[in-house]
Amino acid sequence: MPWATYSAAIRQALEEEMRRDPSVFVLGEDVGVMGGVFGVTEGLLAHFGAQRVLDTPISENGIVGAALGAAMVGMRPVVEIMFGDFLGCAGDQIINQVAKARYMSGGKARVSMVIRVTTGAPGAAAAQHSQSPEAWFLNVPGLKIAAPATPYDAKGLLKTAIRGEDPVIFFEHKRLYATKGELPDEEVTVPFGVARVARSGDDLTIVAISGMLPLALEAAEVLSTEGISCEVIDPRTLVPLDNSSIIRSVRKTGRVLIAYEGHQRGGVGAELAALIAEEALEYLDAPVKRVAARNVPIPYAPEMERFVLPSTQDIITAARALVLS
Amino acid sequence: MGFDVELGLEWYRQMVLIRQFELRAIEERKKGLIPGFIHPYIGQEACAVGACAALAPDDVITSTHRGHGHLIAKGGDVRRMMAELAGRQTGYCGGKGGSLHMTDFELGILGANGIVAGGIPMAVGAALAFQLRGDRSSQGGLRVALAFFGDGATNQGAFHEALNLAGLWRLPVVFFCENNLYGEGTPQHKQAPITRLSQRAASYAMPGVTVDGNDVEAVYQATCQAVQRARAGDGPTFIEGLTYRYRGHYEGDPQVYRSRDEVAQWEARDPIPRWRQALLAQGVLPATLDDVERHVAALLEEAVALARSSPPPRPEDALEGVYGDTHDGRVF
Ligand SMILES: Cc1ncc(C[n+]2csc(CCOP(=O)(O)OP(=O)(O)O)c2C)c(N)n1
Repeated sequence: MPWATYSAAIRQALEEEMRRDPSVFVLGEDVGVMGGVFGVTEGLLAHFGAQRVLDTPISENGIVGAALGAAMVGMRPVVEIMFGDFLGCAGDQIINQVAKARYMSGGKARVSMVIRVTTGAPGAAAAQHSQSPEAWFLNVPGLKIAAPATPYDAKGLLKTAIRGEDPVIFFEHKRLYATKGELPDEEVTVPFGVARVARSGDDLTIVAISGMLPLALEAAEVLSTEGISCEVIDPRTLVPLDNSSIIRSVRKTGRVLIAYEGHQRGGVGAELAALIAEEALEYLDAPVKRVAARNVPIPYAPEMERFVLPSTQDIITAARALVLS
Repeated sequence: MGFDVELGLEWYRQMVLIRQFELRAIEERKKGLIPGFIHPYIGQEACAVGACAALAPDDVITSTHRGHGHLIAKGGDVRRMMAELAGRQTGYCGGKGGSLHMTDFELGILGANGIVAGGIPMAVGAALAFQLRGDRSSQGGLRVALAFFGDGATNQGAFHEALNLAGLWRLPVVFFCENNLYGEGTPQHKQAPITRLSQRAASYAMPGVTVDGNDVEAVYQATCQAVQRARAGDGPTFIEGLTYRYRGHYEGDPQVYRSRDEVAQWEARDPIPRWRQALLAQGVLPATLDDVERHVAALLEEAVALARSSPPPRPEDALEGVYGDTHDGRVF
């Protein structure tokens, strides 16, 4: 099977959907001439022209709001926001407008739009360029949230997102852009709300979100040499969430660790832990464990940053403790 | 042109210090001393130096992602700056901030910023406090806040909301826009339907002036007028300084969006050789200027030496400084 990078997979999805549907267009800061600060939209301007690949001013709230308006009258915009941190600047449009437009209008508004945005710490980028803000939006009904970890899922989920009826925040992890994976030449779509078992095992379930997937798989490999068999689950979308796959795995293994790069408190792990407590408490042989960023802003100096961010070693240590308990 | 030669020499020193600091930081980053990205200020030195020269030590500034020049012009210690870039304990923020978040409250530097336009409302808030409390400047009149920002930032909602507040409440604030013609890779004329950004001032009932941002004296004069207005309680001013950045948006930027020719045209208007010429024309001896350069070089050696020799922060230091009241650690 052919291989592609995560970044190329996303570009393919955009290209194919733009070719397929003239109502799809791309807008964002430096997405045209520059091809995006992470190079994801490279070549799209040359291919589709300035009517469909719009370089915008630095106006996140305006851009997201404009995408909403365009969606309301039938377009399918794909907005790029450079850093998840800057979603804060577009917060009002996302939270008060985009998320609620369909509901408040009694179902009249169709908000088919995607906000592509980067997440995660690229290293020494400090507190306003390193956040993993997925959880900020878990608490906002009306938004769908995708967090793919492989090229295949990135392409397949993005295509589903673009074709869908609802607004999607599509988180792309910066450290994954250069990673490679299998990607067939034929059409790829991945449904929302279906988790993927990335590795099967019996002793412990690791639910790994976004950029934590490669770390979890690495940890699982190390743990297997110690006789600990891990099942690694990637939910792929956080809203909708594939509850049943997670619960099924936890019922099998009796132990669960949730790995995510966002801050621990009120994070994705809190929601998953609550779900597991509600639906699988009696199957648990050990408390639910979260491996996440410490509850401080991400510091600049690498020594402190490494201490704050969750690592492969943190997963291994936590997993050992869970299995021995 | 008649200017105070002592003052002129000080401006020269600051501009050279900024330029050399940036060049040295770029070099040290390549060598591995500096782990993070930097957005070099090279080419825009006359804006920071001319504007800050019009401020008193007790006035405050807010800065941007391209902030090293602003900090140095407001009196920032290049040793602590270099140490911060290296992520060391002795750095301005103890290694927590890096290039994007350097701050020195004692010098009235309320911080660089990673968010485009993030500092503009902050400057308005400081000016509001000065007005509410009637804070007097050491130079007489009200204390003043000055916000530095780029042309790209004038397209943010935060910019417009901040200017509206300042105009409405006639706050002692100066908005200093460094129009370097680009926001990352997008030219200014593709980001806004106007190119003379000082026109933006009109909707907020404040004067808007455009100056040659590569002429340190012109920047100084324009900012002095704005500061006088602010001190007198007559409200804000918007200044647009026309300038150019000679390096990429960030160090390593391939700069596909502009031509070598365009950069060369602007290099011919480099603010530093220009000011050197002006000083020589006033009778300053070349040897005096060479001395300034030697002094700057020595200071930067010290800065790099401090950065190299300072210990990195301890990993656990990351847990400190999130809150003022930590409730015996329960807050974590
Ligand atoms: C809210 C926000 N959006 C986008 C960015 C990414 N970004 C950093 S600098 C920059 C360009 C800023 O242009 P301008 O204000 O003209 O300042 P200059 O870089 O030219 O000094 C952009 C888009 C950011 N840091 N913050």
